[in-house]
Amino acid sequence: MSLETQISPKYAVQMRGILKSFGAKKVLSEFNIDIKKGTVHALLGENGAGKSTLMNILYGLHRADCGKIFLNGKATNIRSPADAIKNKIGMVHQHFMLIDKFTVLENVILGNETTNKFGILNIKKARDRILKVSRKHGLNIDLDAKVEDISVGMQQRVEILKALYRDADILIFDEPTAVLSPAEIEDFIRIIRKFILEDKTVIIVTHKLREIMNSADKCTIIRSGINVDTLDITEKTCQKDLAQGMICSFTGSNVKRDKFNPGNVVLRVKNLNTKNEKKVLALKNFSLEVRAGEILGVAGVDGNGQKELVDSITGLLKVESGTIEINGKQIQNTSPRNVLDNKVSIIHEDRSKVGLILDYTVAENSVITKYRSANFSKHGILKRKSIRSFAKNLIEKYNIKPNNCANIPARNLSGGNQQKLAIAREISNEPDLLIAVQPTRGLDIGAVEHVHNVLIEERSKGRAILLISLEIDEILQISDTVCVIYNGCNLGEFDRNAADGKKVTNKKKSDKRTLDEKETISKKESDKTTPDEKETINKKESDKRILDEKEIGFLMMGGRKNDYSRKIS
Amino acid sequence: MTTVEKFLKKPIFSLIFSVLLGFLVSSIILVITGYSVPDVLQSLFEGVFSRPRHMANVIIKSTPIILTGVSIALAFKAGLFNMGAEGQFILGSVAALITGSILDLPPVLQVLAIIVSGIIAGALLGALTGFLKSKFGAHEVITGIMFNWMALHFSNFIVNLKEFHKPNSASTFPIKSSGFTGIRSNLGFLKDTSFSDILKTEVNLGIIIAVIVAIFMSIVINKTKKGYEICAIGLNEKAAESAGMNVFKNIIQVMTVSGGISGLAAALMVTGISPHSVSASTNFENNGFNGLAVALIASNSPIGCIFSGLFFGGLLYGGRSVQADVGTPSEIINIIIGVIIFFVAIAKIFPLVVSKFSKKNCEENHA
Repeated sequence: MSLETQISPKYAVQMRGILKSFGAKKVLSEFNIDIKKGTVHALLGENGAGKSTLMNILYGLHRADCGKIFLNGKATNIRSPADAIKNKIGMVHQHFMLIDKFTVLENVILGNETTNKFGILNIKKARDRILKVSRKHGLNIDLDAKVEDISVGMQQRVEILKALYRDADILIFDEPTAVLSPAEIEDFIRIIRKFILEDKTVIIVTHKLREIMNSADKCTIIRSGINVDTLDITEKTCQKDLAQGMICSFTGSNVKRDKFNPGNVVLRVKNLNTKNEKKVLALKNFSLEVRAGEILGVAGVDGNGQKELVDSITGLLKVESGTIEINGKQIQNTSPRNVLDNKVSIIHEDRSKVGLILDYTVAENSVITKYRSANFSKHGILKRKSIRSFAKNLIEKYNIKPNNCANIPARNLSGGNQQKLAIAREISNEPDLLIAVQPTRGLDIGAVEHVHNVLIEERSKGRAILLISLEIDEILQISDTVCVIYNGCNLGEFDRNAADGKKVTNKKKSDKRTLDEKETISKKESDKTTPDEKETINKKESDKRILDEKEIGFLMMGGRKNDYSRKIS
Repeated sequence: MTTVEKFLKKPIFSLIFSVLLGFLVSSIILVITGYSVPDVLQSLFEGVFSRPRHMANVIIKSTPIILTGVSIALAFKAGLFNMGAEGQFILGSVAALITGSILDLPPVLQVLAIIVSGIIAGALLGALTGFLKSKFGAHEVITGIMFNWMALHFSNFIVNLKEFHKPNSASTFPIKSSGFTGIRSNLGFLKDTSFSDILKTEVNLGIIIAVIVAIFMSIVINKTKKGYEICAIGLNEKAAESAGMNVFKNIIQVMTVSGGISGLAAALMVTGISPHSVSASTNFENNGFNGLAVALIASNSPIGCIFSGLFFGGLLYGGRSVQADVGTPSEIINIIIGVIIFFVAIAKIFPLVVSKFSKKNCEENHA
């Protein structure tokens, strides 16, 4: 593999044995990569795979714990972005680092102003140079427009111009197409292909397959901090190969689960259209159903409408059209309070900003969604004593550390314990529908397993659980049904049980226990259901496809449905 | 952690320490400007404590700022900076004046009517500020400052109406005497005691109401459902909203009550202290702005506002005798107040300093 490649000036960037951990979490382990001069090299991987960290190390934003970086065959020490710029590396971040109120020209020269010996700006000289650079690379842009007035695509050009103005030979793009429209993406690809002709090197960090196929020469797949493979992108390469490499084949969950025995539909979202903060449709005719006793996992790359889905259900965001029903009752466009009263509980994505009030004590936080109930207040007066004893119960039951934390501010708890508190509180509401958004974000492995077990336990109690996560492994591990959200659309549902069945027959060597289990399930199901119900279930099942982690990954990255099935056949 | 360290990290220590630092820095200023520090401090102290009369006056002086302090502290609990307390106070005094001049009810009813009108006027202005904030996101500090000026000029307009204006003066006629809350005549029994000089002051019922309001607000904030919601919104609006709290309604409610308390302060001043009238002025009397300082020193505890209000009132009142006895300009006392507030504002660094020192000690001990 790449280890055998010699350090040579043919390569613009070579990284060897890069090791990086944040706290106890290892993000990159012994990472090696070679990036040839004059190529477009894509780094592909799912959220948290380590690709952005790797690039941040190259750009000097992070420092590797271990390892070496070679630029054009020479060992180079990059301590800061300033070092990186000196070594002709430029980076365009996913979130642009521009000052909105400044003009394009002012933004480009910022930090590298052309001045005379008295420190007075020489705008004219700077302008001439920028114009020269932009003409050379076909980056047409109005230098005097204010950044706030130009489109996102143009803003990206400003960032590119900034890098080129600093003579960058190696350009790093972090998720360059995440914010661009299809036309802008084409422009972008045209521009970067042009750089190659001048022997510049382009590195693209992305998880969109289509763009890689269209723009890159080579693609390195990263999975949990490991260089899985580097592929040449030719016409023969198919998107499926890439997707396959990206998603670890999931080895079945290590969490015990009861048989899948769904009840009535608890949450029914129908033809939902919702606009995001920027007044752009973020959910398009989105529909889904979650049944009691089911964990429905919504898989997808960040920013494809997950946030809007949650906010619409919880009443924080106004719905344009469509309905949201809880147990048959419409709740769209009512208040968060009404949603809570309909027995919906939410484990928020951001516990520190939305889930908890960090300056409130653990006890005060434990009742934040139910202080109105008669148990905790009477005639408008809070019952501090019962609140405290309730909190003590939660602390004991969910093993929140330290044990005697009822009266200390939630701020003083560790992240994992804060999350335990938030989850314990929501579960103690005994909701019909539990929405868990990224419930394990930032937690260590032990805590993650705890959270998964709790969710499974709640499922067994017959609650409907909507799990929204950016981590595909998590979704595959604990959900019964998986749907893929991409660009605000539901690309279809996958049934885990069907998949299990398929695996049983396909592999022919699965252990007996699962086989027996399967049989008993099917028996019991046929015993319980009346013919009518059976028919509806069968109808439903036929809509659903077999859970196939690779296909899910493929869809998440923006692959087209038909492409995949064609390649399978 | 040693007990000393624990004590040093307590908020009350930070407060005492900042007050002492304030005096220290003020002393340096006094020395530079050529005044004798002991003289000034002695005069300040005597100006407040030497006679019962002085103490009574401090209390009278403190009453309105205790209330505006509570008003601002309450708003601050909901994360709102009620800069408009000054305007609410002015509007409250105008309403009290109008009611007190036009109505002529029996004593107790008259007082009640005036107080209620003052509360309503302040509350309405507060509610408007709150509405603009929650509906349109207009920042309460900006709207508050603007409403302050509008209230001031509205007050000047009313003062100059011929129905109210007292000829050859800058102020209005006093309100009808049935609206006075002075209790001097009820304190005749003090005549032959050593407290007799209290009778020279305008002792009134205001302070009792102020203390009751402060205690009541403290209970509301700490013990009730409403207080729980208010503090939740103040600490983390998003979390409060997600938990089903009505942020929109709560902000308006809090601003209404906050404005009402400022209006109450004004009504108590008009009914309690001569000249029982409102004067035209080109500038603020600072009852609202001093309330900001009171709330700050009390770190937004309503009960704390009683003490910090008295402290502040003492400085203001004692400052006058310093001016008279030692001949310092009045600015000196304002500088002392300013320096103290400055140190209170940065009081949070003291616990940090303590932990830094103790860490150093630890390291040295280990080494």
